[in-house]
Amino acid sequence: MENERIDQIIDKHQSEASSLIQVLLEIQSENHWLPKEALERVSEKLQVPLTRVQHIVTFYKAFSLVPKGRHEIHICVGTACHVRGATRVLDNVQDLLGIKSGETDLDLKFSLETVNCVGCCALGPVMDVDGKIYGNMAPSKTADVIKNYE
Amino acid sequence: MREILLQIDGKEVKAREGMTVLEAARSAGISIPTLCHHEKLEPYGGCRICIVEVEVRGGTQIVVSCVYPVEQNLVVRTRSEKIDRIRKMILELLLAHAPDAFALQDLAKEYGADKDRFEKEASFCIHCGLCVRYCAEVKKKNAVGFVDRGTRREISFIPEIASKECWNCKECFPLCPTEALQAAFVLTKALYSPPHPGPEPRG
Ligand code: SF4
Ligand code: FES
Ligand code: FES
Repeated sequence: MENERIDQIIDKHQSEASSLIQVLLEIQSENHWLPKEALERVSEKLQVPLTRVQHIVTFYKAFSLVPKGRHEIHICVGTACHVRGATRVLDNVQDLLGIKSGETDLDLKFSLETVNCVGCCALGPVMDVDGKIYGNMAPSKTADVIKNYE
Repeated sequence: MREILLQIDGKEVKAREGMTVLEAARSAGISIPTLCHHEKLEPYGGCRICIVEVEVRGGTQIVVSCVYPVEQNLVVRTRSEKIDRIRKMILELLLAHAPDAFALQDLAKEYGADKDRFEKEASFCIHCGLCVRYCAEVKKKNAVGFVDRGTRREISFIPEIASKECWNCKECFPLCPTEALQAAFVLTKALYSPPHPGPEPRG
């Protein structure tokens, strides 16, 4: 990510140290991960010690310190989805993408994570791509969902 | 500043408004064990070994003395069966992380804590935060901080800062109740290769 873009985001928040998390979240959502250079830039511009920035980005799961794919797939393995066959959906997606949960493919296209309940159990098994929810998933339907994403 | 009278272990103690129970006790020569407290640092309340019993509205309450402010006529007990039991448990939990820490061993003897009660999870750090806070508050260098959370939380040096500042300071080393701090520093030093190596050796 370009330094100019990071500076723009920081300026938008008037370089307020109290906006640290907001700034980091915006960089994360645009860039999909937080490179070390970005953290250093934020630390310097907002006058927040790097130790503090590091503490925060390692504390919240929303931040990633390793490259992430352009699209984030979450497969729910919460109780309700689990009993409705989430494991088979997960296995199937893992096979399709060739990556395991927690990993990112080499083209940086997809990252795969499991989550424990996204709050719409009646739709289970649930899979979510970039925040869009796909309910009543079945192993046979995952390929159709995934091919919509470039 | 207003003077406050309170009672600690049956003794009348004079304190100033804004003092903590721990400070008041120490000023009267009453000792309360602490692990994460340091006079030069802001109260932290991380280790909980300094808990005491206070009487409030007819009942007793367990409070953390290093962050609890004194109140007029407060009645404090620094030892009781219950407090000893809790301190023993805290020590046993901490000893699972740092079984060889002298500070913990001494307290363990006093409270009869068994260092083998819980399965060892030797991370060596008990998260007292003394190193992190000392570096930030006193030295203002922020060379070391915490990363991650829960059971995976650990201290981490910023190599670029550590390589410049720490070698001549190391004032945090003696503060650490375990050996974790020094180990982390040595590791950082070993792993860090500065981006600009010195001039090529002439040959
Ligand atoms: S390394 Fe030592 S001083 Fe630092 S937090 Fe851990 S136990 Fe405390
Ligand atoms: S368990 Fe999957 S949405 Fe609740
Ligand atoms: S000394 Fe009070 S909580 Fe650690």
